[in-house]
Amino acid sequence: MAAANGSGKGFEVPKVEVKFTKLFINGNFVDAVSGKTFGTRDPRTGDVIANIAEGDKADIDLAVKAAREAFDNGPWPRMTGYERGRILHKFADLIDQHIEELAILDTVDAGKLFAIGKARDIPGAAHLLRYYAGAADKIHGETLKMAQRMHGYTLKEPVGVVGLIVPWNYPTTMFFFKVGPALAAGCAVVVKPAEQTPLSALFYAHLAKEAGVPDGVLNVVPGLGPTAGAAVASHMDVDKLSFTGSTEVGRLVMKAAAESNLKPVSLELGGKSPIVVFDDADLDMAVNLVNFATYTNKGEICVAGTRIYVQEGIYDAFVKKAAELAKKSVVGDPFNPRVTQGPQVDKDQYEKVLKYIDIGMREGATLVTGGKACGDKGYYIEPTIFTDVKDDMSIAQDEIFGPVMALMKFKTVEEVIQKANNTRYGLAAGIVTKNIDIANTVSRSIRAGAIWINCYFAFDPDAPFGGYKMSGFGKDMGMDGLEKYLQTKTVVTPLYNTPWL
Amino acid sequence: MSDHRARILHADGTRGLLPGVLQRFTTAAAAEEPISPPVQVNYTKLLINGNFVDSASGKSFPTLDPRTGEVIAHVAEGDAEDINRAVAAARKAFDVGPWPKMTAYERSRILLRFADLIEKHNDELAALETWDNGKPYEQAAHIEVPMVARLMRYYAGWADKIHGLIVPADGPHHVQVLHEPIGVAGQIIPWNFPLLMYAWKVGPALACGNTVVLKTAEQTPLSALYVTKLLHEAGLPEGVVNVVSGFGPTAGAALASHMDVDKIAFTGSTDTGKIVLELAARSNLKPVTLELGGKSPFVIMDDADVDQAVELAHFALFFNQGQCCCAGSRTFVHERIYDEFVEKAKARALKRVVGDPFRKGVEQGPQIDDEQFNKILRYIRSGVDSGATLVTGGDRLGEKGFYIQPTIFSDVQDGMKIAQEEIFGPVQSILKFKDLNEVIERANASQYGLAAGVFTKSLDTANTLTRALKVGTVWVNCFDVFDAAIPFGGYKQSGIGREKGIDSLKNYLQVKAVVTPLKNAAWL
Repeated sequence: MAAANGSGKGFEVPKVEVKFTKLFINGNFVDAVSGKTFGTRDPRTGDVIANIAEGDKADIDLAVKAAREAFDNGPWPRMTGYERGRILHKFADLIDQHIEELAILDTVDAGKLFAIGKARDIPGAAHLLRYYAGAADKIHGETLKMAQRMHGYTLKEPVGVVGLIVPWNYPTTMFFFKVGPALAAGCAVVVKPAEQTPLSALFYAHLAKEAGVPDGVLNVVPGLGPTAGAAVASHMDVDKLSFTGSTEVGRLVMKAAAESNLKPVSLELGGKSPIVVFDDADLDMAVNLVNFATYTNKGEICVAGTRIYVQEGIYDAFVKKAAELAKKSVVGDPFNPRVTQGPQVDKDQYEKVLKYIDIGMREGATLVTGGKACGDKGYYIEPTIFTDVKDDMSIAQDEIFGPVMALMKFKTVEEVIQKANNTRYGLAAGIVTKNIDIANTVSRSIRAGAIWINCYFAFDPDAPFGGYKMSGFGKDMGMDGLEKYLQTKTVVTPLYNTPWL
Repeated sequence: MSDHRARILHADGTRGLLPGVLQRFTTAAAAEEPISPPVQVNYTKLLINGNFVDSASGKSFPTLDPRTGEVIAHVAEGDAEDINRAVAAARKAFDVGPWPKMTAYERSRILLRFADLIEKHNDELAALETWDNGKPYEQAAHIEVPMVARLMRYYAGWADKIHGLIVPADGPHHVQVLHEPIGVAGQIIPWNFPLLMYAWKVGPALACGNTVVLKTAEQTPLSALYVTKLLHEAGLPEGVVNVVSGFGPTAGAALASHMDVDKIAFTGSTDTGKIVLELAARSNLKPVTLELGGKSPFVIMDDADVDQAVELAHFALFFNQGQCCCAGSRTFVHERIYDEFVEKAKARALKRVVGDPFRKGVEQGPQIDDEQFNKILRYIRSGVDSGATLVTGGDRLGEKGFYIQPTIFSDVQDGMKIAQEEIFGPVQSILKFKDLNEVIERANASQYGLAAGVFTKSLDTANTLTRALKVGTVWVNCFDVFDAAIPFGGYKQSGIGREKGIDSLKNYLQVKAVVTPLKNAAWL
C-alpha cells in the first residue's frame, strides 16, 4: 500500500504562485470591507498557502449590488446570445492557455491529483463553457396552441441575479457547472467558493474579465458559509440560488431562501450511491470500476459509489480482488505522477473520515484493508474496505466523503433494488451486468438522478445531473442546466380574423 | 442610343434634374476602369478527398467578372466522373470515418476553428465573393462573411446538443429515438449568396456528422474552394467536404441522381428544383430539401410611416441587385398612401448608388451574368408592353458589364407577368389595394410562398396577416432579417423543408426508434 506522502523524490513540485487573493467585485479585486483575511491551507501539510480576503455580509451586499446593476442596466442580458457565446468561447480559450497554472492551484488548495487536473478538470471546464457558449443562442421559447382565439407564446428570460455557492471537492468543475449556464442565460452572478478552495475561482474571475465579461456580471466572494454563504442565501435582491454541498447545509440554504424573498433554490447535495454488481459481470472490469467509483478524488465526490452490492456468486472473489487492487493504490503527494490518491481536503474532513472508519469497526463490519491515516503530516488516509456491512450501519447510511468502500452481498434483483433504494439519498447508481433486461429493470427502479451502466462518473456537458430525494433538486449540465437560470413568461394577445387556430 | 446617360434620363423622364445621380452612374458604371480586386485567385481545381485535382476530363470553364464580362479564372469543370470520385471519397469518409465516429465536441471544435479562420480571412473572402458575383464589397465584408462565421459557430453549438426522445409507448417497452447522421449529403448551391448558401448547407450537415459533396454554381465557383481549403486547415478530415465546380445538367444531375448519395439539398430556381426532385425520385429516393423561387409580397398598410415603408420596401427588393429568392417583389400599398408611396419610392430608387461593387458607398453592382441581365431586360419590356407604368429606370447602365438601372413599375396588375414571375433583378412592382381581406387573397394568389413583409403599426393587423399569408417567413416591420437561428424555407412551389435553426438539423438526420421490452418495470 500506500507508501504515503510527498517526499518530493522522483518528481518535481511545480512552483506555486498565488496571484489573486482578494474579493472580485464589480470587475475589481478588492479587500474585504472588514479588512479580514483567512488562511487557505495546503492539505499535503496543513500549512497556509495564502491569506485570502474574507467576505461577509457587507461584501455580499456590495457584490449583489454590482450584479444587480449589471443585470438591470448593463449590457450582459441585452447582448445577443451569440455575443454572450463569443465571450464565453474566449473565456474557454483563456482557460486552455492556463491549464497548468490552474491545475496547480486546485492541487495545492484541494489535494487533487495534478495530472488529473491538467488532463480532465481544467480542460473539462473549457469544454463545459464551450457547451454553454453554444447554448446561449439556442434558448427557445415556444408558440402555443391555445384553446381560444388567442395567440400565445413563451419567453425564456434570464432570472436575474444569481447566487452560486460552490464546494471544495471540485473547485473548478463545480464553478463552471453553475457559472457556465448562468452566464449563457444572461444572468449576473455572485459566486461564493468554498473557504477551503478559493484560489482557482479568483483566477477564473480574472480570466472572465480578460475575456470581456462586463464588470459586475461575475463576482467572486470567498468567505465562510455562516457569514458570506448565509448572506447570499438570505439576500432580498438575489433572484435565484444554486448550491452544491452537504445535505445539512442545503437545508439551511433552503430555509434562508424561504425566510427571505422565496428565491427559487436548486440543490446538489450528498449521496450514498450504490453500485450493483451482478454475477454475470466481468469480474476484473467490475473490480476496477468499483475501485474507481469509490476512490476517485480520495472519495471526496458526492456521487462516489460507496455502497457496493455484489451478487453472491462472485462476492468472495470480488472482495479478494477489490482488496488487492486497493492495496495497489499509491497515496501521496498529488503532484507526484505515480500517486493515485492525495490527501483529504482538510483536518475536519480527515478526522471525520477516520471517525467513520472507527464507527464501522465498532458496529461490527470487517475491515479488509486500510483503515488508518498515513504519512506523518498532511491529511492522507489509506484506501479502506469494509465487508459484512449491514444496511443499517452508519457506514452504509451516512456520506463519509472519504476513501471508504462498504461491500455487501445480495441474492436477487428484487432484493438489491430494495436495498439500493434504502437510503435518504438518490444521487447516482452504478450497474454492472451484461444482461439487457436486468440493466433496464434496475435503471428504472433505482431512485437516483444518474444511472451508470458498466461505467461510472460518465459526466458529460450534455448529460443533466442532479439528485432525487435528499440529494437535492434541479439539474446541472445539459440543456436542463440552463432551465434554472431562466424564467418563463407567457405572452397572450387576442386574434381576430385568423385562418387557423 | 450611343450615350448611356441619355438613356437613363430618357427612362426616368427627369432630364437635367438629377446631375448628381447622373454623375454617379457615369463614373461608377462606365467611365472608370474597374477597381482591381484586392485578392488573388489561388484555387481553381476541384477539391476531392482533401486535394485539389483537375477534372477527369481535363476540361475547364471560365468564371466571369460581372462588372466587365471578362474572365477572372479558368476553373476545373467537374462532371459525372468527378461527382463519382467525390461521392466515393465522401462515402469512405462516412463509412470508415473518422468524421461521424468523432465526438460531437471534436466536430464542434473543428467548426469553431473554421469560424475563426473565416474571420481571419474575412476581407479576402469578401473580395473573392464580390469579384465573382458582383455584389457590393461592403455588403460581403461586413454582413455576409461575418454571417458565415456566425452560422458555423451556431452549428458548432448544435453538434453536441442533438437529442432524440425517450418515448412513452403504450406497453412495457423502453423506447429510444436515435438521431443518426444520414450519410453522404449532396448539396447544390446557387450563385446569389455563394458563401452564405455554402454555410446554410455545409454547417448543419457537418454538425450532424455527415459528409458532403457540394456542387457550386458555375457562375460563382471561387469562394467555396477557398473556404473549404480553410475548413481543412481547421482540421476537417479528408473526404468529408468535397467541392465540385461544374454545370447543372452534368455535375448537378449526376449528384442528384447518384445511387450512393443519401440526401440532396438544392437551392435555386423552381424549374431546376423540379428536375432535382425528379432525379432523386428516379434514382434511390433520396430525401430532398429544396429552397426555390419566390414572388414575395410586401404589404404596406395605411397606418404605416410612409418614409420608413419606402425605405424598407426599397431594401426588400433591391438588396443584392434584386437577386434574392425572398426579394419583396410585389409591393402592395394601401390606396390611401399609394401615390405618395410611388413618388417617394421613385426618389429613393433614383438615389440608389449603382456602380463598381468594390467602390465604397456603392449599393448596387452588376447582375450576375448576361443571361440574367437579358432576362431582366425582357421582363422590363414585358412590364411596359402589358401596360404597367415605368416610373423610373428600365434600361441597362453603362456599356459593359451587367449593370441595370433601379427600375420601378406602378399600376401593376396581378395578372401581369412582372407580378407573377420571379424576375431576380432590380425591378420593383407596386400594386394598389383597398382592404385587408383583399390583400391577403391577392398576396396568396401566387405559385410561390417563400416570404412576406408586413408593414403596419396595428398589432391586430400584423397578427392577422402573419397567420393568413401562406409563406415560410413573415417579416413584420422589417425585411431580410436573417439569422442562423431563424428557420427559412418555402410554402408551395418555393420549396420543401427548412434551413437554419434547429429545423435544419432534421434535413441531415435519420430517425431510428429503438425498442426493447421492459421486465418488472418500476414505472411506465
